[in-house]
Amino acid sequence: MRRSQSRRAIRTAAAVTVAGALLASCAGAGGGSGSGDGDSINVLMVNNPQMTQLQRLTADHFTKDTGIKVNFTVLPENEVRDKISQDFANQAGQYDVATISNYETSIYARNGWLHELDPYLRDDEAYDVQDILTPIQLSLTGEDGKLYAQPFYGESSFLMYRTDVFEEHGLTMPEQPTWTEVAELAAEVDAAESGMKGICLRGLPGWGEVIAPLTSVVNTFGGTWFTEDWEAQLDSPEFTEATQFYVDLVREHGQSGAAQAGYAECLNNMVQGNTAMWYDATAGAGSLEADDSPVAGNIGYVPAPVEQTDSSGWLYTWAWGVQAASQKADTAWEFISWASSKEYEELVGETLGWSNVPAGKRASTYENADYQEHAAAFYQVTHDAIAAADPINPGVQPRPVPGIQFVTIPEFADLGTKVSQEISSAIAGRQTVEQALAKSQTLADAVAEEYRNR
Amino acid sequence: MTTPTATAATPSPGASSRAKAWALRAPLLPALIFMIVVTQLPFVATLVISLFDWNALYPDDRSFNGFGNFSTVLSDDALRSSVVTTAVLTASVVLISLVLGLAIALLLDRKFRGRGLVRTMMITPFLLVPVAAALMWKHVLYNPEYGLLNGMLVWLGDLLGFTPPQPDWISEMPLPAVAVSLIWQWTPFMTLILLAGLQSRPLEQYEAARLDGADNWQIFRHLTLPHLRRYLELGALLGSIYIVQNFDAVYTITRGGLDTANLPFAIYQEFYQAQEYGVASAAGVLVVIGSLIIAMFALRVVSSLFREEGSRA
Repeated sequence: MRRSQSRRAIRTAAAVTVAGALLASCAGAGGGSGSGDGDSINVLMVNNPQMTQLQRLTADHFTKDTGIKVNFTVLPENEVRDKISQDFANQAGQYDVATISNYETSIYARNGWLHELDPYLRDDEAYDVQDILTPIQLSLTGEDGKLYAQPFYGESSFLMYRTDVFEEHGLTMPEQPTWTEVAELAAEVDAAESGMKGICLRGLPGWGEVIAPLTSVVNTFGGTWFTEDWEAQLDSPEFTEATQFYVDLVREHGQSGAAQAGYAECLNNMVQGNTAMWYDATAGAGSLEADDSPVAGNIGYVPAPVEQTDSSGWLYTWAWGVQAASQKADTAWEFISWASSKEYEELVGETLGWSNVPAGKRASTYENADYQEHAAAFYQVTHDAIAAADPINPGVQPRPVPGIQFVTIPEFADLGTKVSQEISSAIAGRQTVEQALAKSQTLADAVAEEYRNR
Repeated sequence: MTTPTATAATPSPGASSRAKAWALRAPLLPALIFMIVVTQLPFVATLVISLFDWNALYPDDRSFNGFGNFSTVLSDDALRSSVVTTAVLTASVVLISLVLGLAIALLLDRKFRGRGLVRTMMITPFLLVPVAAALMWKHVLYNPEYGLLNGMLVWLGDLLGFTPPQPDWISEMPLPAVAVSLIWQWTPFMTLILLAGLQSRPLEQYEAARLDGADNWQIFRHLTLPHLRRYLELGALLGSIYIVQNFDAVYTITRGGLDTANLPFAIYQEFYQAQEYGVASAAGVLVVIGSLIIAMFALRVVSSLFREEGSRA
């Protein structure tokens, strides 16, 4: 048959080209995989402040003690995700260790791209895996019940507000606010303070931007992306009500330019005194309470607002994963067990200041007197938020897969991003929430259908 | 660019001349091979990958599916609307920068004190890194709270005693906002090309026209514009090729939201967010085909310019 022959020829050509491209990419990386040099590892990580501090401390503390040289590649979040997924998907082995989140961990583990860490955790007494907070630990566990990553720091979400402004206008923030109360407070601040908006909420497109706070609101309003048997629910009354609430709140009492504002822009608004409340990641507290922050000491912290659930904080962690193709898993573990250790947290606290500690992963951090003193305003709320996070059961109905502010399926990065563009468009007032969700439902249903047919 | 090897030496027939020719070519061969390896091989790889159903997150389900990806691209709403967005964005940016560029070039063509300095300052936007320019527009100018545009409105309002509107520029006019930042970057480029064209005008024709009593408009209409036609075409084509590929402005200013996702951004999303290597490659191939068609015209214009210069010399 000529056709099958030509097809085989094409396939061979394809295989050769792809292999060639892969070889080229390996060779270009300085042969990271096959150098056989046991005392250096390549680490790919996101450029968040805690990571860059780690990079600075590694040579003088880790390399000096162990003789292991660590070659860091540090990139911004979007680029780092791209690079990690390419390197791990092709198992190129260019990087031994990478920072992956609780979203990627179970997906990568399912594809067999990660080393399981249980054997190391069993043998490493000093690391004390029991100290890791349970929700974080669970979120880094694969479907087979094995651990595939170890956290560097963890975060949940909570509500930050200006205590001085609230006091001045005689407003009180409840211990555990509901979203309805928050909307009322936002309206009152808006009316009382000129030049200050009531609340800042993300509106920037991206599955890690507007979708994260929005989905946590959806959960507590009783909505979900998918039912247990993979029916898309984006146009359900609950999802619509939550989205309508979110969009109205940010349009009426939120920051201007909301459709282009993400985590960074809201942090900036809060520091500059342009907004009285901010619902976002607990990691934001460190920046608000930093020495050079003009609002330090004037911020109060309360748990994430709720409607129908008891808590609604999300769960996110940057964690260390070891690539399955890596030849240096033992060396990689040595690095991870140092970077995620109690000693490292103390080292950061003593050399760079306690507000810089990569917190949110160990119970012992929150029992440390020094840390308690420096993070007095927010450490308890943060700890409780992480401890209360339940990725398995984040809403009022059973879910097909775990995940609070995202759905842990490979398609979610793309689906979430496309939906986020519709939501962002609704925030900008270019379409109604119904229109945005109708389009989003079609997209979500296409994904759900694939799962229904499995 | 190829160097024209015309009229170099009268070729004497026979093997010796061929050997001579090869002696000239041989040192260039490594460079040619290097060029082919670094530019053509990756494209061939893209072509091959575009024929496969390949999602990186499902490494075990890779299969050959012929032109399936191309039909996916052509039937995908997001990708289809990104084609329209790209066309609108490219056409508007190119046309407006050409008109502005022409106006500025005509001004800079006159002799005045400090002309060199003004020309240098005019070029700077084009030398700015695209991402930096986009960031500057997003935060320094458009931002509704601390941006310069709204700040100027407040200042004007104070001066003239009216309540200044504080528009949310990017949300209210997303595509124009992206286009304006690109126009600001590309106008200098057009100015450069048109200025070069103006400097090569045959001045005796102008003297003759003046003696015949033609006014400024007539001279511009019947002498300058026809002479500049080629340069306008060149600017339009080169500008189109670059602006079709522009990624930074869309990514930075709107993150592809509010219906501003152009083709490069859509491909980026398909490749990096959806990890659909096959579909993204197919979309990339289609863009290359589109760009090739534009580039063919561009090369024709350039070669006709060379011919003209050659005939004039």
